[in-house]
Amino acid sequence: MIVPKVISLLALLVYPITAFPEFSYRGNAGLELKYFTADPIVADQTGNTISASIEPEFYWSFNDADSLAFTPFLRADSADDSRSHGDIRELLWLHVGEGWELRSGIGKVFWGVTESIHLVDIVNQTDLVENLDQEDKLGQPMFWLSVPKDWGTLDLFALPYFRERTFPGIEGRFRTIPVVDKSLTTYESVDEESHLDWAMRWSHYVGSLDFGISAFDGTSRDPQFIPKMSDGGQIVLAPHYPQIRQYSVDIQSVLDAWLLKLEYIHRDFDSADSYNAAVGGFEYTFGSIFDRRADLGVIMEYLYDSRDENGGPFQDDLFAGIRIAFNDIQSTELLTGIIGDLHNGARLFTLEAARRLGDRWTMKLEARAFSSIPDDDPLSSQREDDYVQFSLEYFF
Amino acid sequence: MYKLTLLSLLIALPFGLVQAQTPEEKGLAIATEIDARDQGWQDQTSNMQMILTNRQGQSSTRKIRLSSLEVPGDGDKSISIFDEPADVKGTAFLSHTHAVKPDDQWLYLPALKRVKRISSSNKSGPFMGSEFAYEDIASQEVAKYTYKYLGEEEIDGRKMFINELYPQYKKSGYTRQVAWVDQERYVLLKVEFYDRKNTLLKTLNFVDYNQYLDKYWRPDEMHMVNHQTGKSSKLIWSDYTFQNGLSDSDFERSILQRLR
Repeated sequence: MIVPKVISLLALLVYPITAFPEFSYRGNAGLELKYFTADPIVADQTGNTISASIEPEFYWSFNDADSLAFTPFLRADSADDSRSHGDIRELLWLHVGEGWELRSGIGKVFWGVTESIHLVDIVNQTDLVENLDQEDKLGQPMFWLSVPKDWGTLDLFALPYFRERTFPGIEGRFRTIPVVDKSLTTYESVDEESHLDWAMRWSHYVGSLDFGISAFDGTSRDPQFIPKMSDGGQIVLAPHYPQIRQYSVDIQSVLDAWLLKLEYIHRDFDSADSYNAAVGGFEYTFGSIFDRRADLGVIMEYLYDSRDENGGPFQDDLFAGIRIAFNDIQSTELLTGIIGDLHNGARLFTLEAARRLGDRWTMKLEARAFSSIPDDDPLSSQREDDYVQFSLEYFF
Repeated sequence: MYKLTLLSLLIALPFGLVQAQTPEEKGLAIATEIDARDQGWQDQTSNMQMILTNRQGQSSTRKIRLSSLEVPGDGDKSISIFDEPADVKGTAFLSHTHAVKPDDQWLYLPALKRVKRISSSNKSGPFMGSEFAYEDIASQEVAKYTYKYLGEEEIDGRKMFINELYPQYKKSGYTRQVAWVDQERYVLLKVEFYDRKNTLLKTLNFVDYNQYLDKYWRPDEMHMVNHQTGKSSKLIWSDYTFQNGLSDSDFERSILQRLR
């Protein structure tokens, strides 16, 4: 009688876990409408779009030491098939030991301090079809050991599987021209997406100064693009992911109402010239304005990259922005800014605003406009993609 | 009371026992006694409900779980985890408070998995859109104010000291606060807040004190009314626990990423 034996064995294995797991959930579902102010550059690209997404987070706590978080994500988009996609943002088991924590599974990590770009943040791949601000990330398979000590926290990561960046499809806006064809992706490593990447980070704070020093060895999250001929005989861009070693520092200091921020990276390639990039600046908050309730923050950051224009859009750029928190019952917030290229005059305006409706709904407004983009700028294929987006999110 | 008696005796001796203290000394002595009687609780946890009501009577509720650690000789450490409204569920706020130098504060944003160091300089800003300013809910340390004793009054059959407080930290929204202190239990019953123009801005009432561990008095509710806007905020506390064995490591920045 093998079957009952297997069942009792399974029961034995599962029992200590399922005994009394404490379960909770939270999440949100959203609907967004995007209005483009101009016709697309290429006829294949679409106009206004409607899109829906859902991201629930399930959480089980088995005892004081073990817990599991599961966060699936799903989006449907009326225009771009590539943007209709799903991902496991998180499927992470946390074990808390005596003086250490181990997270195993799929997870997300954020490193960095600045607002305009996130140079230092490298563990997770960008889910670019979500938003061109690159703040949405794909779930990263990982083993993450974290050791908090008196002298700071040491984090060690083994990253056994690589996630390819998502790109808008042929019908999508915000895409490169020609389009990126993921079926032609190549890797420098013979292990391709199974290359084992490593990362480590030491983070600490002394008084009002917080800092992190990080190193990464493995597959670059930023692809290079190689023009190729697709199966259909079209010219497309093929992503190529090189091997890199990256060393970085991020620092933030609080001085009264000033936040001073700096991120710096040095990236070495096996088969290309190394480069340096940095972003640094400040945020100053004027408190108690507008009937003494609101905060107004002024943000300025300078973006530097030692590569030329082909390396990325931000090699000699200035970001200036304003953040207003109205501190009202509806938590109304507004962030607006402009990144300007000091070299060629290209400018990108952004506006993000949010306000809660009742207890469970939030409405958001987002707008971006590209201005004076020269033909040779990396953003030139998005120069006609100015948009206004209204979204409604339900939180549960 | 022993310490206070001894102190007043020492001060009083050279002058004779009649002119015991100046109003400033007596005010400081009252604040010191409030602080002395509230020492030794080690750590505490509680649940807090915050009900915000506007002039039209519409209200909105926030739910927060709080834990704090007593730090002898400095301000307390505290963690607040937000459960409601739903869009901020899982957001956590860590604060290492200090008597006079600025507090160290971090915010954890669960959607971005981002720990953000934030500035604590704007003490007069509203907490979570409420009529409570950050400075109203911060750890109350003796050294944060200078004091002046104003007199006595009876409220609901209880004898009160009336004590005036002048903030000594930067960027307070107040010129002064007037506090009614219960003479028997040495707890606050009422505080009036005067704005930078020295006009009455807000009144805070403490409702239904209970004693825990036979020593520590905690209110069930705190009611704040803003006289200038007509808005009000109510804090309702429940499930107080003390001496849970929490330590410094439970209030480190690195803990924020695994709070639920």
